[in-house]
Order: sequence, then structure tokens, then C-alpha cells
Amino acid sequence: MYATRPEARPATVEVFVDGVAVRVPAGASAAAAVLLAGSAAIRETAVTGAPRLPYCMMGVCFDCLAEVDGAANVQACMVPVVAGMRISRQAGARDALMPEAGR
Amino acid sequence: MSFDLAVIGAGPAGMAAAVEARALGLAVLVVDEQPAPGGQVFRSVEAAHGDAVLGAEYSAGLGLVESFRRSGATYRPGTTLWHLDPDSGEMSLTPGGPAVARRVLLATGAQERPVPILGWTLPGVMGMGAAQIMLKTAGAVPSGQVVLAGQGPLLWLLAAQLKRAGAAPALILETTPKGRLAAAFRAGGWFSGRGLLLKGLGLLRETRGLPVVRAVTGLRAEGEGRVQRVVWDGGSADCDTLLLHEGVVPATHIPLALGLEHAWDVRQQCWRPVVDVHGASSHDRVAVAGDGAGIGGWQAAVASGQLAALDAAHRLGRLTAEGLAQRAAPVRRMQAEALALRPFLDALYAPSAAVLAPPDDQVLVCRCEEVTAGQVRAAARLGAQGPNQAKTFLRSGMGACQGRMCGATVARIIAESRGVTPETVAPLRPRAPYKPLTVAQLAGL
Amino acid sequence: MSAPEPFQAIVVGGGLVGSAIAWGLAREGLRCVLLDEGDIAFRASRGNFGLVWAQSKGQGAPHYQRWTRYSANAWPELAQELAAAVGADVGLHQPGGVHLCLSDKEMADRSDRMAQMAREAGNSLPFHYRMIEAAELREMLPALGPSVVGASFTPYDGHVDPLRLLHALHRAFTSAGGVYVPNAKVERSNAAPHDFRVFAAGRVFEAPRVVLAAGLGNAALAPEFGLSAPVRPQQGQVLVTERVAPIFTMPTTSVRQTMQGSLLLGDSVAEVGYDISQKPAVMAEIAKRAVLSFPFIARLNIVRAWSALRIMPKDGVAIYDQSERFPGAYTANCHSGVTLAGAHARLLAPMIAAGQLDGMMDSFSARRFDVRDAA
Repeated sequence: MYATRPEARPATVEVFVDGVAVRVPAGASAAAAVLLAGSAAIRETAVTGAPRLPYCMMGVCFDCLAEVDGAANVQACMVPVVAGMRISRQAGARDALMPEAGR
Repeated sequence: MSFDLAVIGAGPAGMAAAVEARALGLAVLVVDEQPAPGGQVFRSVEAAHGDAVLGAEYSAGLGLVESFRRSGATYRPGTTLWHLDPDSGEMSLTPGGPAVARRVLLATGAQERPVPILGWTLPGVMGMGAAQIMLKTAGAVPSGQVVLAGQGPLLWLLAAQLKRAGAAPALILETTPKGRLAAAFRAGGWFSGRGLLLKGLGLLRETRGLPVVRAVTGLRAEGEGRVQRVVWDGGSADCDTLLLHEGVVPATHIPLALGLEHAWDVRQQCWRPVVDVHGASSHDRVAVAGDGAGIGGWQAAVASGQLAALDAAHRLGRLTAEGLAQRAAPVRRMQAEALALRPFLDALYAPSAAVLAPPDDQVLVCRCEEVTAGQVRAAARLGAQGPNQAKTFLRSGMGACQGRMCGATVARIIAESRGVTPETVAPLRPRAPYKPLTVAQLAGL
Repeated sequence: MSAPEPFQAIVVGGGLVGSAIAWGLAREGLRCVLLDEGDIAFRASRGNFGLVWAQSKGQGAPHYQRWTRYSANAWPELAQELAAAVGADVGLHQPGGVHLCLSDKEMADRSDRMAQMAREAGNSLPFHYRMIEAAELREMLPALGPSVVGASFTPYDGHVDPLRLLHALHRAFTSAGGVYVPNAKVERSNAAPHDFRVFAAGRVFEAPRVVLAAGLGNAALAPEFGLSAPVRPQQGQVLVTERVAPIFTMPTTSVRQTMQGSLLLGDSVAEVGYDISQKPAVMAEIAKRAVLSFPFIARLNIVRAWSALRIMPKDGVAIYDQSERFPGAYTANCHSGVTLAGAHARLLAPMIAAGQLDGMMDSFSARRFDVRDAA
């Protein structure tokens, strides 16, 4: 669970985390948006289905893999938010044949 | 695109190198994964320097970023180096096309040392560095019951920052064993490093009054579907966010993949590339600067970046040997000053054996492939001599992080099982792509 | 120097070939020591693509075709036996396999090759194959690209997890009483008929049988035992995607889905000596061919890639020999440690245990090169 501090960084960018609109500060990553949205998980592992949230936030651990604008297994901590971005949970192994939007 | 010097990473070392090399007339390319310069220490400083919570030292990074922006280096942010051929200087980059450089400086910095404890994969358990990045990039703070567990300067910096932000941690669990302070003073460096030491004492003063349990052992996270409790030998506490930290280690992924010579750093208990005083590695085209060549903090990183740039200019015929010696001297003095407190800090915050090789067989050491310490021990009993054979047997290190999170732990567990010293066990050998990329990107489609 | 340690067999090389033979020997009741390198080695077994593959092996060498077929046939029992011995699931899936053709010329060439294989097979172990046109192939494999004009199919083929296989063989060998010694590069040796000493890891191993299965290392080791092993390194590169939900019903020669869900894309062939550096241009070629075969692959992430060295005998055909000068010394050399694991464990090892290679193995002797060179 994370909270913004509007006095320092106003939440000005609207993105959608698992379909729910959430406003986050510009400069935040997609992974940060998931933490700010209070999601229970950003992914479920492909091995055992265990829930995970971001761990390192600096591109090392790959526990923040998520679907970002339809692209699967994106390292969400490396992607800055843009207005309207859709971030959703990566549920285990991706479906390879599912067509992706915008990619 | 062809350059005199390519710098990988736009943190303090990379930025300082670029500025120095440009001043000497070199054509410089800077490649960085992040969207803005600063590295992790000055992450988002252009956007967040006004946030008083982060402190004056953070804001000081703005000057460095500004001089980098003005330097005239070709800057490719948001770009990943996925392969480097050191013999030809060809770099495969994505997005965008390849580039080639006569000299390559790896300034890829550090990563937090993994803290493999029971429950560290539960949602809500994170590195303290991660919480700091939330602060820097989004101004955000963890809410609810926040527990900081571990040790190191970053713990006290983060505690102070959270307190300033009105989100003071509910509890600090410091893992530094009793008697370490005396050992640290014996290690020396505290007098010449007294400037940094005073800054640290300031943080301690600022965080006075926060509940602290000292000399904590047996740390673990518990909860259903997320962390709900933190437990240690002799105690437990409710917890919504558990932030772990046991120091930082060089990000050796690319240097190891290149096959650069590495040495075991006994003080910091990690591998680091072997470099000379100017950062030149065992490969005659490649240098390493900053924390990636051994943890020294951002001021030492700036100095090492400058030295690597001077050396590059010399090697490329833009600076005479005398010029190099003359310009390097004051930088090396600055570097020595910045490194003075290291022996003290390394002795004070040396990671415990349990952090390096979790004794509990149930602990997941490979987060990606979900391999436990017990499985690694079984592989060692079967004869696996190191992390490369263990990877074959167990898939530890085959996931998306490519062993960044488990490589050192697996090697350490095997060293313990074999009854040999850690430097006997060679590290995991990464291969390209250094980071995942799509098949289309790789094919250049 | 420590006292000699007596064994009934010494196997040099703990890769797929050596560990399959060593396990086979231990299974025959021989007290066997397996000498291996350490954590860092060329180790072709770590770079394997994982096919159990009969349809491309042994063109122009019917004995090799037969040996490969025996091995493919022996595979189900091998897998069951490893499951029973150590509870290992090596992921054997043997539904037959296809080689995709991306042009009419490739299709015609492939068809000729299959016809030759069938001719050479003769009647004792007939070679059944089908050339499948694009329309039918699209029913068999999802999301084929428009460039695919067809494929060859044989029912013998399949795939396994080669790393699980290596792990299982090591476990089975150890649990059958075998002694595994890592970091044991052979320093020197003494050879006499049925009397061998091998010095490694500061120890001395002594046995009436020695099997050289050290991959590329065999080239230098074999002469010490009155044998010859003309093998050279041949580089192959492989790309691995992230895990995806199950999609392929059968393996192909260039793309297969592992039991974990990753797609393996490969594999290339380059004659570059002892060079395991990765080449982006080669990786790009592998990626492009995979995308031509299955366009959806373009979207997937590559999480790993490697280059490794195949052990390529001079004429591409496996070499098995017993030393004439020092009977009891054997070599095994091939680039198909996975496919041939069945034959190595279940056919070759019993021959070695019995002290004599069957007559059918004569054609595999390295003496064939002497004849050819003399001619």
C-alpha cells in the first residue's frame, strides 16, 4: 500500500489498473501505479501461480511483469505512465496467440 | 552511429564521464534504461529536486544532471543494451539501431543485495531502494504498518525521509550484530571519512524516537496472499509493508557476460570486475566506473567516471600521458576522500551468513523459477560445483531476471555445502540478451 | 599421490553421453566412477535443443539411421526407468515431428532427402515418412505463417527436457551406487589391456574398463588409449522465449515448446572453432526464420539465449570404438546426446559391460577414417 503526497507531486495522470481508473503523478512507472492502486498482485507466477508485487523497482528483479497496453510480460517498473495507459495483471504464462493492441 | 566513447548508464559515474569526455572533445554516446538521467541515487531529480523530504544531498544531483544535459553527448534514454561485442565495439540496442564505439564505459551501478528470507516473495515485501524510488519518482510513501528490516546507511536515510514525509515507519529491525561498532572503528577510515560519518550521525539523530529492535536474527515475513506479519527470533509485529535492505552490490551482469576478469571482494562479499586506477578492465576496449566496479557511493562514482573519461581521451590520442597524470591527480584525491569511510561502513554493515546463504531449506532463492535453498543444497550434494551446473539441474537463474536475484545466493549455498571459500565458486555466467527483448526487436523487424 | 581407487569402469565425461553410459554400466552392476569437469565447461549438454530426432539422422549412413531409430524406440523405456529409479519426469513427448519448409525448393530438397532415407533403411527397419502440404499442416500446427509451404513428418520423433535428463541421469547413476567426481579433468593416464589408471582431482582411479565420453576433450584423450576421436566443435545458437500457454502439439526442427512453456528457437550452425560468443546477426536470423514459420512469435520476449559447441565427428556420424591396442578402452562421440541417450544407456552400456561391442557397431569405428584417408 502506497499513498501519494499531493503537496509534493500532484497526481495528474489517469491510468487504468485492472480496468479501474487511478490518478498518479507524472514520472511514476506503471509498477508504481499498481502499488498506488493498492492491487493485491501485479502478476501471478507462471510456475506456481503465486501472487507477486514489485520488489526492486529498478529493473533488476522482474517481479513487476505486467500487461501494459496489451503487451504481455512488460517490466512495469521501467515504463513511465502516460495518460490512458492500461495496466493489468499478468496471470501466469501468457497466451501467445492472443492478438495484442497497439503493438 | 560511431562514437569515441559509449557510456552505458546515466548515473553519477556515467554522467560525469560523459561531461569530462565531451570537454576533451570526444564524441560520446550515453545509453540509459531510465527515462531521465540521474541513476538510482538521483533518480527523477529534475522532477523531484524541490521535494524537501528527499534532502539536500539528493537535490545536489541536479547540478550534475544539468551539466550532463548541456554536455553535447548523444543521449539515448529508455534504451537497453542487449549485446556488446567487446572486440568490435558493436552495441546492440533497443529500441533503435545499433551503435559502435572505440571505447566502452560500463557505468551500470549497483543493485540491492538480495535478502532471501522466508516470505520475501509475498506481495508487500520490497527492497528499501524500491521504496526510495517510489518517493523519488512519484513522491509516494508506504502506508499502514511499515517495517524496515536490515542494515546500512540507506536504512537510516529512508527512515528519516519517511519521517519527514509524515509516514514514519512503525518499527525498525536492525540486523547489525552487537559489537560491530568496535570492529568498524578498528577497520579504520572513520577519521578521514568523518564528513560522511557526521552526515550519518545526523540521520541517526533525526530518526531518534522511532522504535528500533537491534541485533535482529531469524527474520521472516508471513501472511496469506500478502505480508501481514514480520517475525524474528524473540518477537513479531503486524506489518503491511516490509522493506528489506542489506546493502548494495555491483551490478555485474554485463561485465560477467563479457567475460571480464572479476575478483572476489572480501569486504563487500561480492564479485567485482578487476579494474586499474582509471577503471580499465581486463578487456582493452572496456572500462567500468562507479558502483559497478565496487561499491563506493555517488561521489566516488563521479570521480571514477571522470578518470575513465580521461583515460579514454588518452587512449584515443586526445590527451598526453602528462595531461592524463596532471588531470587525474586531483580527481584521484577526491575519489580517495569519498572512499575513506568505506572500510568503516563495510565492517559495520557486513551481511550475516544467513543473508548470504539462507539456512532454512524452505527459503525461495530463485524468485523467477521458484527454487528453494534446499533444492540448491541437494544439487550440491549431487555434485554441482557452482551456480552454472545448479542452473542446469534446477533452472535457478533461467527466469526473466537471468540470475540477477539468485546467482550470488546459489553460489554461496554451494560454497558452504562444498566447504570451500566463496571465491572458489565462480559466479553465474550470464549470456545475451542482457535483458529480455521481443523476437521482433531482436530480428530488427 | 593417494592410493589407487579400484573400480570396474571409469567413465570420463559427465555430460549426456557420459552420464547415460555411466548409469547404464551402474545398472549392469558395475562399480563405476564418473569423472566430470567443474562448473565452467564447454558442456554441450547444457546447450542442447532437446529433440529426440530420427528423421534427419543418418542420410548416407544406414547404420547410423538404424542406431538412431533404435534409440528413439528405446526412449519410452528409458523415460520410464528414470521415473522409477529417481522419480524424474524428463518430459518425454514423442508424437512424431516435422521439419518445416519455407520454399518450394526446400520442400523438394527435403522430399529427396526423405526418399533417400527410406531407400537406405531397407526392409529390416522401414523408414516411414510423409511430405505434408501446407493446407494439412495448418490443421496440425496453429498459426503457421504464409511462407510455410509444407513439411516432412516422421512418427519417431519427439522431445524431452535435456536438462532434466542430465539431472535425472546423474541422480540415477548416484543412486545405483555410482561415484561422481567433479572437477576431475584428466591429468594423465596409464593404459594397458584391461588395466587402466586415470589421474584426476589429485586421485588415482583404476579399472579394467575406461569409457571416453569427454565430448570435444576426446580428441586429445583418445590417443592415450590407442584410440582416435576426430571430432571438431560446431557452434549452435539457440533463443528461448518467455513461457506461454501450451500451443504446439509436436516439435519441429527449428521451434519447439518446452514442458515449462518456453519456445526454443534454433538452432544455427557455424564452423568457428572454440568460440562460444553470441552473434547478434545469427540470433536475428534464427528469430527471422522463427517468425516466418510462426508470425505470432514476433511478439514474444526472448528471455535467454546461448551459443554452445556441438561435438561433430569428421563425417557427422557418431564414432564408437574399442581400442585394439588396449582392449577395455572405449570412446563414444556424437552430437546427439539426447536422441542417443536411449541407445547409450540401454544398448551400448551393456556391450561395454560385457566387454565387446556388437558387430553392428563396426561401421562406427574411427578406423573408417583410416581406410578413407588411405584410399
